Amino acid sequence: MRQFLDNIKKPFEKGGKYERFFPLIDALDTFLYTPGHATHSGSHIRDAVDLKRTMFTVIVALLPALLFGMFNVGYQHFLAIGTSASHLDSFLYGATQVLPIVLVSYAAGLGVEFVFCIINRHAIQEGFLVSGLLIPMIMPIETPLWMIAIATAFAVLFAKEVFGGTGMNVFNVALIARAFLFFAYPTKMSGDKVWVALDGQNAVDGFTGATALGDLSALTAESSSDALLQVTAKYPLWDAFIGTIPGSIGETSKLCILIGAAILLLTRVASWKTMISFFFGGFLMSVLFTIWGANPYMQLAPWHQIMLGGFMFGGVFMITDPVSSAQTEQGKYIYGFLAGFLAILIRVFNPAYPEGVMMAILFMNAMAPMIDHYVIGANINKRLNRKKQA
Amino acid sequence: MNMSFKSQTFRIRKGLDIRLKGQAEKMDKIVHSKHVVVKPTDFHGLTPKVLVKEGESVKAGSVLFIDKYNPKIVFAAPVSGKVTQIERGDKRKVLAIHVEADELISYADMPNFQMGTRDEIIEKLLQTGLWAFMRQRPFDVIADPNTLPKALFVSAFDSSPLAPDFDYMVEKDAKYFQAGLDLLKQIVPVVHLSVHQKTTAPAFLQAQGVQIHTFEGPHPAGNVGTQIHHIDPINKGETAWVMGVQGVIAIGKAVLDKKYDVSRWIAITGEVEKPCYVKTIAGALMQDILAQNIDTAQYRVISGNALTGDQVGTKGYLGFYHHQVTVLLEGKEPKFVLTEGWLSLGLKRFSNSKLYPAAWFGNKTYQHDTNLNGEERAFVVTGELERVFPFDIYPMQILKSMMYQDLDEMEKLGIYEVAPEDFALCEYVCTSKINMQEIVRGALDLVQKECV
Repeated sequence: MRQFLDNIKKPFEKGGKYERFFPLIDALDTFLYTPGHATHSGSHIRDAVDLKRTMFTVIVALLPALLFGMFNVGYQHFLAIGTSASHLDSFLYGATQVLPIVLVSYAAGLGVEFVFCIINRHAIQEGFLVSGLLIPMIMPIETPLWMIAIATAFAVLFAKEVFGGTGMNVFNVALIARAFLFFAYPTKMSGDKVWVALDGQNAVDGFTGATALGDLSALTAESSSDALLQVTAKYPLWDAFIGTIPGSIGETSKLCILIGAAILLLTRVASWKTMISFFFGGFLMSVLFTIWGANPYMQLAPWHQIMLGGFMFGGVFMITDPVSSAQTEQGKYIYGFLAGFLAILIRVFNPAYPEGVMMAILFMNAMAPMIDHYVIGANINKRLNRKKQA
Repeated sequence: MNMSFKSQTFRIRKGLDIRLKGQAEKMDKIVHSKHVVVKPTDFHGLTPKVLVKEGESVKAGSVLFIDKYNPKIVFAAPVSGKVTQIERGDKRKVLAIHVEADELISYADMPNFQMGTRDEIIEKLLQTGLWAFMRQRPFDVIADPNTLPKALFVSAFDSSPLAPDFDYMVEKDAKYFQAGLDLLKQIVPVVHLSVHQKTTAPAFLQAQGVQIHTFEGPHPAGNVGTQIHHIDPINKGETAWVMGVQGVIAIGKAVLDKKYDVSRWIAITGEVEKPCYVKTIAGALMQDILAQNIDTAQYRVISGNALTGDQVGTKGYLGFYHHQVTVLLEGKEPKFVLTEGWLSLGLKRFSNSKLYPAAWFGNKTYQHDTNLNGEERAFVVTGELERVFPFDIYPMQILKSMMYQDLDEMEKLGIYEVAPEDFALCEYVCTSKINMQEIVRGALDLVQKECV
């Protein structure tokens, strides 16, 4: 195997026929074999961990939510057309709907990445393996494939490569893809038509296709609390937790997201500081709203509030992206808290953006360097004061 | 002032003990190396001016070369004998001065250290070549004899991987250690001696005329940089002097025995037949020290420890500041993804990351090779450096300022307090495999050149 790889690698090496395409074959080679590079300067030994294993862990953490998402796509589909189907059928149907989106996302994103790697003669980095899976999971199931392709290519190009590639992006790449579609094709990204795959079949009477957040945002105009009861009866806490409600592909099952969160926190791949403070921020905002209680939406119980929409998914998989997050340890508390706080604030106050999480996280991405600036500034001042006292 | 008192205990929480196989057993022997060298490259930033010629006879303590830009700083021969070769590299850079040792070592005359003012003592240390043991922060170079430091810091334990037990090594030289301290305390305002919570050697615990501090916790608790940071951190414009235990002992020998004697106890560790302690001399040939055949294609021979030492091979020599030899398995073989690579269970791989079982379970020791275990990547993972860096300094941010060479920012973030070795653990745990010690060294050189 090793020899075979070395043989096919030859034409790609320096002076070889396909020298320019070296990053491609290098990506394959380093996927299969950790290269025999020994240390040459500094520490003679290095930790066994590498970025491949780290990124792979994120993918593993995403899998429960993805698999459940596939099931739920089928489940909602059969519910909508009024046919009863086994869980397996639901899952298989969902898989046929979801997998093309995943493939398109990877193909479009990796395509752009490869082109840039070849132009810049860089090795291909692992970052997009995660972004490429996140993008499908935050899309409504009825998003056309060509839109996925455009959005992914746009995000990789303008959110990542123009800033200098992996590790240099200011904004979360996956969220940029979603924000792009949200503003470029608003009718395809919100409303009642996109969350459930109908596949051209007729829905049963009484089917609305709306999401909990869509229904809830209508409540801001209401005044009776009966309206709230109607909505909460439609999306009970337990269903919201298990995930059998309409929504973006990967966001509905809070249980699966929590499994992912456990994997990320136990392996320390994601920062618990960011994650916990995000939930605390969102929860606190919800509590404040229930105290205020100016409209039925505000009266929604805080634990129900954070179980709906993409709040949990954002809090586990989006806010913890180390590149676009605050990078100082104290900064992570502030960053996470404000993002969670704003997510619920936007959601409740602005009916035009039922999903506030995306906006809140992107906004805090932009604020993260400033948070770090002040945290580091405090450290610098401490050092200066120490000198004055000495 | 003949009082010694114990001050507070510093508990280091951030850090990592890398559990390697091959700890030296407490069993010692003496190695006489016939072939001894002095390497100007052991002293960072030094431009040597050689004063001897090939074929000349020297005594132990005779000057071999001096610092071209600070001629008061001289470097002496560790043994008496004949200068056989002045080894030069590219652009005639002096790499090593080889001395063939006499059967019976004769020593150059030593001045009387017993009395004198501060300036006179420093002068004598300079003349005899013993000054080379005195290093300074900032910049981690040989100390500038014209400055008045805020203190001298001595670490009485080493916490790096497979490090020798100083308690054991100092036992035989206890009186020299105290004699060295007695002299050194006359040239600095205060001497800080840092011991480990488990230190038992009376030479350390009952050292006279110094301030004793207790440290506990994982590596880098034993690094003098960590200790300075916790005891009395360096501000801009200040200097701290540092010296290893071996340096203090060598000075003690000069005081009591009137000899330039840089013989020392070292530990032979790692992938060797019998890890043990030996008594040898700075600049001794590795082959003699190791006393076994080692295939350098398969094994890496390091003078120093696995995190900060120099790769020298069996034909290399023990570094001037080193008290340990580490032999490691080379890691030049590709590792297949599922069996030993990034998707393997990794039962045999040591890691500080919770992605590997080693970080979850106990006290097992590991055979660690020199593979990079990945490829260099963008600086993306946050928080991992902070877990092993017990300084009130932002490691990732200061490293970035060093990478883009922003002098102002480096200064604000605390570059005067750090040395390359302080970043060795950061470099070890880095997921993106960035060569941090090299970056820190480059930055320190730049700051020294631009600001001083």
